[in-house]
Amino acid sequence: MAETKNKKHFFDEIRTVHRLIWAFFVLCALLVGLDLVFHRHLSFEEGVLPAEGWFGFYAIYGFVACVLLVLAATQMRKVLMRGEDYYE
Amino acid sequence: MSSLHPAFFLLFGGLLLPLLPLQARRVALVLLPLIGLYNLIGYDVGASQTYAFAGYELHIVRADKLSLLFGYLFHIAAFLAGLYALHLKDRLQHMTGFMYAGAAVGAVFAGDLLTLFIFWELLAITSVFQIWARGGTKAINTGTRYLLIHISSGLLLLVGTALHYQQTGSLALNHLGIDTWATRLIFLGVGVKCAFPLLHTWLVDSYPEATPTGTVFLSAFTTKTAVYVLARCFAGTEYLIYIGGAMAMFPIFYAVIENDLRKVLGYSMINQIGFMVVGVGLGPGMGVNGAVAHAFNDVIFKGLLFMSMGAVLYRTGKINGSDLGGLYKSMPWTCGFCIVGASSISAFPLFSGFISKSMIMQAAANEGHLAIWLMLLFASAGVFHHAGIKIPFFAFFSHDSGIRCEEAPRNMLWAMGIGATLCIAIGSFPQYLYGLLPYPVDYEPYTTTHVVLQLQLLFFSALAFVILKLTNLYPPELRSLNIDVDWSHRKLLPSAARLFMQIATPLRDGFINGGKRLIFALVEQVRQHHGPTGIFARTWLTSSSVLVVIIFLALYLLLYFQ
Repeated sequence: MAETKNKKHFFDEIRTVHRLIWAFFVLCALLVGLDLVFHRHLSFEEGVLPAEGWFGFYAIYGFVACVLLVLAATQMRKVLMRGEDYYE
Repeated sequence: MSSLHPAFFLLFGGLLLPLLPLQARRVALVLLPLIGLYNLIGYDVGASQTYAFAGYELHIVRADKLSLLFGYLFHIAAFLAGLYALHLKDRLQHMTGFMYAGAAVGAVFAGDLLTLFIFWELLAITSVFQIWARGGTKAINTGTRYLLIHISSGLLLLVGTALHYQQTGSLALNHLGIDTWATRLIFLGVGVKCAFPLLHTWLVDSYPEATPTGTVFLSAFTTKTAVYVLARCFAGTEYLIYIGGAMAMFPIFYAVIENDLRKVLGYSMINQIGFMVVGVGLGPGMGVNGAVAHAFNDVIFKGLLFMSMGAVLYRTGKINGSDLGGLYKSMPWTCGFCIVGASSISAFPLFSGFISKSMIMQAAANEGHLAIWLMLLFASAGVFHHAGIKIPFFAFFSHDSGIRCEEAPRNMLWAMGIGATLCIAIGSFPQYLYGLLPYPVDYEPYTTTHVVLQLQLLFFSALAFVILKLTNLYPPELRSLNIDVDWSHRKLLPSAARLFMQIATPLRDGFINGGKRLIFALVEQVRQHHGPTGIFARTWLTSSSVLVVIIFLALYLLLYFQ
């Protein structure tokens, strides 16, 4: 490749990254805001999972699931992690 | 109606590939799957072929909507994998790769258990070369482990088949259920290939060890053939719902902390198969439809992800998240295709995963499986987290690793490009795939509710990643490995064997040496008494002999006259 190491790329500018992150936060807020405006159809029959109809159910579920996933996995490392040549 | 067996072109064409010079072989690699697909399109639903063999009438072709769908899929996968491996000069990988694809096609068209068994073992034997071709002790050992497990899976299938034949007198490959021990053995054999929990380690052990192109072949055929057999023989088996739920859940935890990015994809593959297994367990109708549609999509998007990681490995020689980063600068096309694959597996609207995963979830909801549905929703968020974000982020963005390499070879880019196009086309126009499914489809994925809720789920999963990353709570990529169930046979059993030897060796030596000492002592005693100088070997004087005789005579007289 002719390109040099010093060539500036899109994400090298920290301000670009920050702007993108802020845009992403705004998008998240807009998406969850949509819950207020449209009527949703539940996956389950009436009464099986009323929480599904609550404001921001999917957003909160996704967020909490991922935080729990990462925190639990980090704890798993304490038990499961070994050196790269463990089996050799 | 065409007369050639659906697997003919891949199997025998593959066999002849090594005879061709390189340029002709490359042309054949592209043409063979296309000719095979053309041959297959000539088959109508209901077509059937039999073949008399050793007193049995083997049902070698049974074409219905289910087998035809997998047949089309495997030809598409063989085409993409062949194109992706076009730059190779290695005849062995080309040959075995296509024969492997042919074996998978043969297996899905099998109408009886014996034919299935033959192709089942052929799958194992042809596929292992994709691992061995990597070279080195590690690859040889991994390949051998892989082969052992897959041959065992075939043996389970064979024993189950024999028992089933004895009990029912039938070899037909239709719905079997798990009511008898015979069919349970078959179920277990299929479960090994399907990477059921605790039986799954061969997958995450072998796929990261195969060659960059080999993993693309491996990811397409073996597990999907197993999903096909589950759909064919065990649809509606309730256990599958829970097995699938476990498969969808546990691998995502491993995937988050795994450093080898192809191993991350291996874990996410088990997670995706978990969705399919749940679908099959939910039974004919929307469940099996969703499972089969998801298998179709998964072969393409998971293939695409493995292709992008294979390209990274091929160009940089590295695949660990801790060694990579910033590659979007050098490999922008590969990066773009990877993101398409990541969006598809994460089920973003307009990408293929969206239209199939949701069918399975809706089927679970319709049946009232609340806990399973919540698990699948958790897994949907989790898969976006580890496959959708982690894979592209750590390979192509993250901190700049300083690696500057060439973009992937052109044949790889074409294969990835076509795969990415298929992902978007299927996701945007689902009606064509729906039309091929085994049961009539009464499902509309693009409702406002579904699109908005899915976007909320995914965006907030991403939000969790961003926040954890910004607050440094996200676990860093570390040079390490995480032990899994295979620890039992790779570490525990060898350690137990060593411990046994440590304890048993002195015991055995003691026994043998003690025995030897006893025998030597006995021999010594005998020698002392009977040896050249022993008491019984002495020469006696005639006078002493006469004396002894007289004494005995005297005793005799005394006793006699009393």
